Amino acid sequence: MSVGAPRGLASSGQKPITEILHPLSAAEEPISPGPDVTVNVGGEKEAVLTNGTPVETSSPASASSLFNRLQLDDDLEADARDPYASMETRDLFVTVDDPKKHVSTMETYITYRVSTKTTRIEFDLPEYSVRRRYQDFDWLRIKLEDSQPTHLIPPLPEKFVMKGVVDRFSEEFVETRMKALDKFLKRVADHPVLSFNPHLNAFLSAKDLNKRQGLALLTKVGESVKHVAGGYKLRARPAEFCAMGEYLDTFSQKLGTIDRIAQRILKEQSEYLTELREYGTVYSSWAASEEELRRPLEGVAGCVTTCCGALEDLSENMSQDFLPVLREYVLYIESMKNVLRKRDQSQAEYEGRLEAAILRKQEDRTPMPIEVEKCQDKVECFNADLKADWERWQSNKRQDFKQLLTGMADKNINHYEKCQAAWESLITLLQDKQTEDKTSETN
Amino acid sequence: MAEDGKGEPVATDDDSEHLAVDGSSNNTMVEESCTLLRRMEICVAEAEKRSGKNAVNMQETFTVYLIETRPMDAVAEGRNPAPDSLWRRYSEFELLRSYLVVTYPYIVVPPLPEKRAEFVWHKLSADNMDPDFVERRRVGLENFLLRVASHPVLSNDKILYHFLTEEHGWKEVVYETGFQAKADSRLRALSATFRVRNTDKRFMDMKHYSDELQSHTSQLLRARARVADRLYGVFKVHGNYGRVFSEWSAIEKEMGDGLQSAGHHMDAYAASIDDILEEEEHYADQLKEYLFYAEALRAVCRKHELTQFELEMASQDLISKKQQREELATGCERFSFKGMTNKLFGQEAPEQREARLKLLEELIAEGEEAVKEKTVECEEHVERAWVDMQRFEEQKDKDLREALINYAVMQISMCKKGIQVWSNAKECFLKM
Repeated sequence: MSVGAPRGLASSGQKPITEILHPLSAAEEPISPGPDVTVNVGGEKEAVLTNGTPVETSSPASASSLFNRLQLDDDLEADARDPYASMETRDLFVTVDDPKKHVSTMETYITYRVSTKTTRIEFDLPEYSVRRRYQDFDWLRIKLEDSQPTHLIPPLPEKFVMKGVVDRFSEEFVETRMKALDKFLKRVADHPVLSFNPHLNAFLSAKDLNKRQGLALLTKVGESVKHVAGGYKLRARPAEFCAMGEYLDTFSQKLGTIDRIAQRILKEQSEYLTELREYGTVYSSWAASEEELRRPLEGVAGCVTTCCGALEDLSENMSQDFLPVLREYVLYIESMKNVLRKRDQSQAEYEGRLEAAILRKQEDRTPMPIEVEKCQDKVECFNADLKADWERWQSNKRQDFKQLLTGMADKNINHYEKCQAAWESLITLLQDKQTEDKTSETN
Repeated sequence: MAEDGKGEPVATDDDSEHLAVDGSSNNTMVEESCTLLRRMEICVAEAEKRSGKNAVNMQETFTVYLIETRPMDAVAEGRNPAPDSLWRRYSEFELLRSYLVVTYPYIVVPPLPEKRAEFVWHKLSADNMDPDFVERRRVGLENFLLRVASHPVLSNDKILYHFLTEEHGWKEVVYETGFQAKADSRLRALSATFRVRNTDKRFMDMKHYSDELQSHTSQLLRARARVADRLYGVFKVHGNYGRVFSEWSAIEKEMGDGLQSAGHHMDAYAASIDDILEEEEHYADQLKEYLFYAEALRAVCRKHELTQFELEMASQDLISKKQQREELATGCERFSFKGMTNKLFGQEAPEQREARLKLLEELIAEGEEAVKEKTVECEEHVERAWVDMQRFEEQKDKDLREALINYAVMQISMCKKGIQVWSNAKECFLKM
């Protein structure tokens, strides 16, 4: 126990109990990995690809593929700064896939297969495969928030969907949700503190989750009541947390704008597609009344149809992959804001108690009560955890958006390549015919 | 002058293929009958705004176009003399074309570029004074002159030659030909269409085809304009990415530069659509030319209906007159006005009968001449028109095929630009 100015490292002050138990924790010296480091992952030798671009994989987690996914381009220095840099200690791999519909008398719902591969001793087995539904993920998230209030918990996709508006069982909806759940779980599994949470363990391994959802709900209510009842006013928020708050506000605003732009593009593209299809049919019907020009006109009609198809693919991709990720980040920002608020709360509480204690001390010279010291520790831990999580979040955000935007660029490039190929083949067709005609003319 | 084209044997199709380069005509007639374009380089070089008083003495602004001509042999010899030039307004081109249409009813006369901008997609100006419209019209007028001057029949016309060489007094010369009097009235033409009995099947098929051609080209032009509108919207919305990326980059550290530059590429992408669609207007112009050509083709078919109808009428008239003569000669008139008056006022005298018979004979002689003339007119029209329609068909197939190829080339260019911009943006994203 220390009563001093809060320090940056999490190693100061009281460590959360989960950290102490694990040898592969952040207390280890963060190594700055070289470009061709070979890393031991629980006995497996893996070669690190320095230029491995993140690979989306929906197959059951394998060490190398997840390695590739996590081994990001050149910027290893940024990760070296992260005291929680745990790339070289990856020993927990999770995947969410294989959605299935369940019909019971009471309700219909979807379950997903959650596969785990691990070498951690906290798990009894090296592999697990369980089925979970959205409710279970929600339960996990609530549990994590309650037990790790100082950490940023990744967000879940939206819980409620308007029954009339969205088809909860459509392939697209299920696919999108599944990807978001997979991302959620991977982020938790990557987190050096959250991944050791016993609730996560239960989620991944238990046959039947003993869902005390009712209790969980009460607990959540309890927490918020506590916060409100706390009623302490924050004096001076440290500048860095102010900056974080401002950043999050602006960032969320910009993401909202990008979302609107993307939706607008989809709308314009859809209207363009309608006209383009009509346009193609006009060429076809003209071809019917022509002789020499029939082939060229039909050729053009064909090209237009191909372009329609390419455009459909592009639009589908935007709405299935691009938009959901954007929206999920908005949720992520909300989570982060929540954590900042909780931090503010704990600081306010500490300041309040401190002030009260000082007053009392002045009156009757009683020593600093223990609760005040506990509060101070709590604040210090919170600040440290938050800063570490912030760095991690920033780094992940950078990679996620890099991936998202390059993906968008790739899809657009792909679309134009398809169209170009169609038109080029038409030209060869028409020009071949021209030389054919010319040679037959001179003969 | 107007009869120039009629007296000569119609030139073969090869003529139309050789334009300014090598105009060796298979026409064995005198030098004058080589296509004009062989002897003369023609171009519509410029356009200028003028103002002056119009027919009702009101001030108006109009555009004039500079026609430049140069003798071909001078060009071939390497001499570069200054071209002769004169200014003409659009209405004078219209007058020339009207003259040609009336004077050569068996020719599918090349059309003029549109008088007013039609089939515009919203961003394009429908204003006649808009510089882009004026420019495209200049090109269209030049195209018209080149087509006419390279036509095996039309190119020999003296009025055309004067149009290109004599600035003043040309209008008077045209009116003096009296072509306006020869123009067929719309009513006559329409009546003929409904009442004619025996038309050449080939012409009817061609007329049907001209309807199809007109319908399809106008449908296509409309659909293309709508597509252009929508595509414009898609591109322009992407410009918003530019702005938001810029704003976002302001709050980022490492990501900032990449985002900012990517934003610039999005702006470039949004701006690129203007040039793309401007270029596509050229394709639209090519389609429009054939939309109007369809009208010219139909006119030739209608002329056939008219001549055929007039022949039928003349034959019918001759037959009925001969019949009258028969009846008069044999003395049994069927019900007629004369018969009625005879009953009322008494039989007519033999002298009166003789007079009437003589008159009839004269009319019959006239009628027979008329039928002969009409037959010749009809046959000549069929013969010449068929040749020109064949020529037109070949030209149309060749031109439209090229237009489609050029359209494909434009599309490829657009795709390449798109790939370029997005690749650039991707580079920036990778640097984020």
